[in-house]
Amino acid sequence: MKICISAFGKDPDSEVDPQFGRCNYFVIIDPDIGSVTSIKNPGSEASGGAGIRAAEAIAGSGVDTLLTGSVGLNSFSILSEAGIEIHSGIRGTVSFALREYQSGKLSLLESPNASTHIGMRKS
Amino acid sequence: MNIAIASGKGGTGKTTVAVNLALALEDVQLFDCDVEEPNCNLFLGFELEPVEEVTCLVPEINPDKCTLCEKCADFCKYNALAALPNKIMFFPSLCHGCGGCSLVCPAGAIEEKLRSIGRIEKASSQTSLKFLRGILNIGEAMATPVIRSLQRHLDESRPVIFDSPPGTACPVLAVMGCADYCVLVTESTPFGFHDFLLALEATRALNVPVGVVLNRDGLGDSRVEEFCRAEGIPILLRIPNDRMIARLYSEGIPFVKEMPDWKEKFEDMFETIKALVCKSTGVQ
Repeated sequence: MKICISAFGKDPDSEVDPQFGRCNYFVIIDPDIGSVTSIKNPGSEASGGAGIRAAEAIAGSGVDTLLTGSVGLNSFSILSEAGIEIHSGIRGTVSFALREYQSGKLSLLESPNASTHIGMRKS
Repeated sequence: MNIAIASGKGGTGKTTVAVNLALALEDVQLFDCDVEEPNCNLFLGFELEPVEEVTCLVPEINPDKCTLCEKCADFCKYNALAALPNKIMFFPSLCHGCGGCSLVCPAGAIEEKLRSIGRIEKASSQTSLKFLRGILNIGEAMATPVIRSLQRHLDESRPVIFDSPPGTACPVLAVMGCADYCVLVTESTPFGFHDFLLALEATRALNVPVGVVLNRDGLGDSRVEEFCRAEGIPILLRIPNDRMIARLYSEGIPFVKEMPDWKEKFEDMFETIKALVCKSTGVQ
């Protein structure tokens, strides 16, 4: 099972970034086989529709579960269409977020929890 | 002659100046181009009737023909199309209607369909002032096509006053770019001055001559005035920070109607603008 975590960096020690559409990287971990890969978020520098580009990339990489913070309406509809389960409430490092997910501490997101352009407010 | 009433900051008095100026003059047109929040008619109270619907061409993807090659989604710079492994998803509110997706589609799977994004309305013909306004549908993002549609209803034989949206983004440039003269309404406060400079920069980029109306004059400081003097920008009119004007405004009454001496001041301002436009275009 492939689990994707939105983050500032590329590896399991990176800080997570709770802003899905505008994060720098997606770290993709498959705990069953112990693989760690990452993809640059194509939405991070989009002038608009960042969440759409980000969700498209995730959907195309065969991810089963996404761990993040906030997801807007457009990205949510793509992720739902692609059958990707979303869990929100990540904090700390990527590997910490993964452990929290595995111990059932991250809640399942059943509807969008961010308004559009929320990621633009990043300082 | 097209006169745009603009400002950087919102709430400086664009609509107040546009409406009062239009009512002070004979035989002019007033176009409310602030299509996201067209407020002129709050002060005019005209009966409005629909003129036309504003539409945008958007793609419709035929899933039977689509080969999922992703070329359309790669092409779309506004990210209105997302290529999923089993389908293409479309997000209408991000589409600018350029039609590029249908051109790059090698399978001929994209057909363009009209989508309504707003409408144009006009005052019924009994009114003395020719008034039109554009309205952008709630939830839509693209004001510019609505403004462009509105501007197509211009009667070139008569002066027009455009009430512009605030700011310096695309919708404002669509209004300023169509103007022979731009009136920047501002107040002399730090925030007002800051955004005035942004708006001024926009008029200079578009090469539109500009003059200033100082609203709530007496409030704040003298920074706008000092700047205008140094730059040679005419101050066309000062509207004082006056209780009577504020009260009429709060009641939705254009103050030229109740304070007749202001009619003359607006007429004078119009004559000044006319002279300045003639000077800048070299017409005597």
